[in-house]
Amino acid sequence: MEPAERLDKNHELAVKDYPYIIRWRDDRCKRCGKCTAVCPMFSIEPSVIVQRELHSEGPTPEPKTVRRVTTIIKQTTEISKYCTGCGTCTLVCPNEAIEPEYNPQHKFTFHKNKGGHPYRRGGRRNDPTPSTLDTLRFSRISMLTDPALDAGRHEFRIRTYLGRILPAEELPVKVVKGKLEVDKKSGKFIPPVREIYPVMIGSMSIGALSPNMWEGLAMGVTYLNEVEGMPVVMCSGEGGMPQRLLKSRFMKYFIPQIASGYFGWDEIVRTIPHMVEDPCAIEIKYGQGAKPGDGGLLMAHKVLKLISEIRGVPMGVDLPSPPTHQTKYSIEEAVAKMIQSMSMAWGFRVPVYPKISGSHTAKAVLNNLVRNPYAAALSIDGDDGATGAAYNVSMDSMGHPIASNIRECYLDLVAQGKQNELPLIAAGGAGKKGNLAANAASLFMLGASCVSIGKYIMQAAAQCFGDEYNRCNVCNLGKCPRGITTQDPKLYRRLDPDKVAERVVEVYKSLDVELKKIFAPMGRSTELPIGMSDGISSVNPAVSERLKINFTC
Amino acid sequence: MCRLAAITSSDYFSPVENILALETMKEGHDGSGMGLILKGLGGEFEELKEYPVLSGICSKDGLKALDDYMNKLGFQLKYTWTPKTKPVTGIESRDYYFARVYDYPDVYKDRPVEDQEALLLNTRLALRRLGESDESIIIFTFYPDILALKEVGDPMQLGEFFGLDKSSLKAKIILAQGRQNTNYAINLYACHPFFIQGYGTMTNGENTAFIPIREFLSGRGFPGYIGYNSDSEVFCHILHYACKQLGYPLHYYKDIVTPLKAEEIDARPDSEAVRFLKMSLRPLCIDGPNCVIGFTPDGTCFMLQDAKKLRPGVVGGVKGKYGLMSEECGLDSAGSKRDRSTDVFPMKYDMVIVKPEAEEVTVWNQLSG
Repeated sequence: MEPAERLDKNHELAVKDYPYIIRWRDDRCKRCGKCTAVCPMFSIEPSVIVQRELHSEGPTPEPKTVRRVTTIIKQTTEISKYCTGCGTCTLVCPNEAIEPEYNPQHKFTFHKNKGGHPYRRGGRRNDPTPSTLDTLRFSRISMLTDPALDAGRHEFRIRTYLGRILPAEELPVKVVKGKLEVDKKSGKFIPPVREIYPVMIGSMSIGALSPNMWEGLAMGVTYLNEVEGMPVVMCSGEGGMPQRLLKSRFMKYFIPQIASGYFGWDEIVRTIPHMVEDPCAIEIKYGQGAKPGDGGLLMAHKVLKLISEIRGVPMGVDLPSPPTHQTKYSIEEAVAKMIQSMSMAWGFRVPVYPKISGSHTAKAVLNNLVRNPYAAALSIDGDDGATGAAYNVSMDSMGHPIASNIRECYLDLVAQGKQNELPLIAAGGAGKKGNLAANAASLFMLGASCVSIGKYIMQAAAQCFGDEYNRCNVCNLGKCPRGITTQDPKLYRRLDPDKVAERVVEVYKSLDVELKKIFAPMGRSTELPIGMSDGISSVNPAVSERLKINFTC
Repeated sequence: MCRLAAITSSDYFSPVENILALETMKEGHDGSGMGLILKGLGGEFEELKEYPVLSGICSKDGLKALDDYMNKLGFQLKYTWTPKTKPVTGIESRDYYFARVYDYPDVYKDRPVEDQEALLLNTRLALRRLGESDESIIIFTFYPDILALKEVGDPMQLGEFFGLDKSSLKAKIILAQGRQNTNYAINLYACHPFFIQGYGTMTNGENTAFIPIREFLSGRGFPGYIGYNSDSEVFCHILHYACKQLGYPLHYYKDIVTPLKAEEIDARPDSEAVRFLKMSLRPLCIDGPNCVIGFTPDGTCFMLQDAKKLRPGVVGGVKGKYGLMSEECGLDSAGSKRDRSTDVFPMKYDMVIVKPEAEEVTVWNQLSG
């Protein structure tokens, strides 16, 4: 006898269980097939149904029933082909006949673990609520008590330092005939410092990003430096960089990252003697805000020819980096040695700094670095950061928001009088809701010397579909419908690197204007308002108390 | 806008000249206080130049506590000056205004100057703490050849209240500031000019970078970098930090508070060092609008502007007597028959320096170093 469950589909999921439901309009659809062709997940497919229609053709009503076979667009209920809500179908539809709609009642996370494999994805934490940064306001306005600065006419210098800064007491300077001179005979080690634009593009690897996306970002950054005079820098992410870039004069705009898998570093190390410019800095990745405790993960779908060459690995294999550096047994020794080794590789001419995930333990790391004369900065990545691939549980449930983490680290430095010596780089969450300038300015005022952005630039420069409602977020599968995070030429050909570069430039130029619009009425123009905490306030008393800023209501 | 009137001279003169200059510059209602700092004291103080002068205000109880404390430390009172106050409407008189000259405790008499300076500073801070909660003791300065007088009220009325027109009180450098009417209910510790170990400044304008500067100075581990009831006190402490703690020549103060752009620094003969200063002292950058007037221990006076020159300021006079004022009418009032065409209006890169004894005015330009 046939089991009842086969007949009533009792063990199948309904469309209602999925986070996105395809709304398809029969009356508008002309059956061109573009939506089904473009769907990266194969969530929709053409199908046929038999329809019963009533017809009446004569001068008087004479209804007749006709049964007709017709084609429709059907959403699959197979969980491996779930609709991610990316909306590429809507984008290509000539007749506005199809659109995914978010279903807040979905039960997707109950089921997305077939075969005992937990749900893995790309993107960011699925938390659509505003971040703390978005709730802060700039409330100390100096326009009336004193002449305000003019964002349009006055000169502004929006720059920061990347690198260890010696305290004035330790500078090797002496007075000679009424002027200060650097004492060349002092033998004092002077750490390298770069003057950069205070918002950098954070670590996204070639591999995580498509060649077109990475090239677009790199071109945009280079244009900003060479044409616009804005010293914007960009971190490579783990996995190396193309040889021709490593050997180019543009290398000074890039920060190669070394992470626990050391992918790409054989090639980088071998190239050092052929480099014509030092890199801007070296980032050592110890943690990532989006997935604390997880290493980098480049899934086999994305390890194609170019990536295997840059990383020095076979094609088509998963490339998981360990959660921690295997050589690391203590921060006192191993981290210090790694910082020193990387410094030594470039003759101590390049700033070397670690990046960690936001954490209650960040202060312990900070205090260790403060006492390491070769540590150039500390980058802290908050839990609103994004990633190309991670376990959903890591992304949604682990991590520390950046606002209070950066604040407590800065105040720790203030207590030691060392706030100007070790720059703090804040990452993970700037621009979550699109308010990059406001978020970055808040982070400066909380104590960050520099802000690092990732997903913001992917959205602003390449229209990434992802959001906090788990839209799209298939960066891990190499199916990115925008061609941003894929190694599939069919997909990344959709992305024009020139357009990405153009958008990067537009984004930075407008960011610059917006930062001035914030700084001008607050009376800051010559240096960044780092630690100018009296400038911001919160409408939440608990937040204002935690961040030690004003409470306003 | 707060009014600033500084005069430096080779001869002793009365602070009334500064007060008249403040009066000339007055616009609108303006009565929230005046501060005077006198350096190079004349009159009764002329023979007592090597002894520290304690300037402040006490209540009756505060005076007893002060005497007990100074006796305990071994300071010996040599001379006391008190203003002959008279009732003036609108001025609320306090019990006891004073400038007391002390001799050092015996164990400190032959100690190096640094030790003596540290003793004076620590004593001043201890006295301040002693009377801070109930305002029974307010101490402005404790240093040789320096006298300070501060009170809430209109400058002209305060001059009358302190009887300065009839007083023999004179000095060779006097800084006076009339406070703007936005600052009511002020603590007298917020009243300019400020002084620490030989360095004095007064400022007008809002210090928008106050918090980062205060946090930086507080972290230097120097006991005198406290207070900050006014956001302008940091200007004085930055001067002290740059010149005394770090030993930099005076004009680097300008490089610290209004740093040049990287490409501008390249043109300086001392570019390498200036580049380091810009980085290492980044939190001390002011962003104005500020006009800063000050003096150093050798009697040099100076004026500088914020990097946008958002405040007025002018220096003028004749050899032997120069005024450094926030407005030109103040200079006119200061009296000397000067050639107005030689007045200096410092622009954003300038630091006007008047040599000791008002010998000469020079303009140091930051771009050329």
